[in-house]
Amino acid sequence: MVEITLPKNSRVTEGKTWPRTSHATHLTEFKVYRWNPDDGENPHVDTYFVDRDDCGPMVLDALIWIKNNVDPTLTFRRSCREGVCGSCAMNIDGTNTLACTKAIDDNKTPLKIYPLPHQPVVKDLVPDLKNFYAQYASIEPWLHTVTPAPEKEWKQSHTDRTKLDGMYECILCACCSTSCPSYWWNSDRYLGPAALLQANRWVQDSRDEATGERLDNLEDPFRLYRCHTIMNCSKACPKGLNPAKEIATLKKAMVDRQV
Amino acid sequence: MAELKAEPAAGPRRTRPLSPHLQIYRPMLTMTMSIVHRITGAALYFGILLLAWWLVSAASGPNAYANVEWFMGTLIGRAVLFGYTFALLHHMLGGIRHLIWDTLHGMEPAERELLTIATLVGSISLTLVVWLVGYLAMGGPR
Repeated sequence: MVEITLPKNSRVTEGKTWPRTSHATHLTEFKVYRWNPDDGENPHVDTYFVDRDDCGPMVLDALIWIKNNVDPTLTFRRSCREGVCGSCAMNIDGTNTLACTKAIDDNKTPLKIYPLPHQPVVKDLVPDLKNFYAQYASIEPWLHTVTPAPEKEWKQSHTDRTKLDGMYECILCACCSTSCPSYWWNSDRYLGPAALLQANRWVQDSRDEATGERLDNLEDPFRLYRCHTIMNCSKACPKGLNPAKEIATLKKAMVDRQV
Repeated sequence: MAELKAEPAAGPRRTRPLSPHLQIYRPMLTMTMSIVHRITGAALYFGILLLAWWLVSAASGPNAYANVEWFMGTLIGRAVLFGYTFALLHHMLGGIRHLIWDTLHGMEPAERELLTIATLVGSISLTLVVWLVGYLAMGGPR
């Protein structure tokens, strides 16, 4: 259901302003969403000043700098710092992206950072993505075959392999799904852009022999058809993929098999 | 295929808050036009009532029809009609845009922005054209 406001326990309040480090001349102001499960308070937005002469160029560099130099309790996920793991997905300057590949200077200041939208928060910038992963599992993202396995590998022509371009690159960071208003209101039943892009990845795979079952599984007013081509997903994707187009491809496959 | 099921969160110390969504997301053009499409779609239900009222009055006789004509002539009546014209045209052009997208065309980054701007500009200018032609046919506002 559409919700315009946040539940009472989720309303964001003004937080504290952390002191500037001395002698810094080149400062950038960051406003970061904080929530601590242990202190019994509502979420709040804290203000930090990052010394840019002592910090790398990316938003993730700034978060790490804050954690090292100002506030060690600041909590966020990160791993590869080069846009292949998808751990540091968050809402930066109003849009979902990876903190590690987003340059600080490409944003308005003060730079606002929130966790991925409309998710339960575990702590600070760490969302609970259980539902997201369960949805991914529900599309059974592995090869389904009925013919006996070949002696060596399942072969695929170069042309068939290129059909997976634009889908195999997905790192499941959840930027797209959590940018989608339709997913915000119906994530209990709508699979969302990431899971649907992955579903199409297996539908398009020339080696997969369960295309019919895969489409049957999506033939549902919510799972697939809650996509209203709002396009936030394609605009958010930090890997430059086009989930909206992959979903449209699935919808077209539904029609194609009936005519 | 497997049924969808998410394990319930394992005993959180406090109910986890929901992260902000509509409140913080930057308004995107395609998202805004999608919302307007929804609003105009809802407005069209009331527009049909308006149309039905007009037709019923025409069938009921000159007195009833005169009442409707009087109301449509007032400033409020005209504003409602103008809004209805815009809602109808915006929703129609939005529908055509979605039809194009359903055929997998116009979905690349520059194309989708262009299509979306086109529906906005198109619906505003078509509304003005309809009213201009209407008033010209009537020989100016009365």
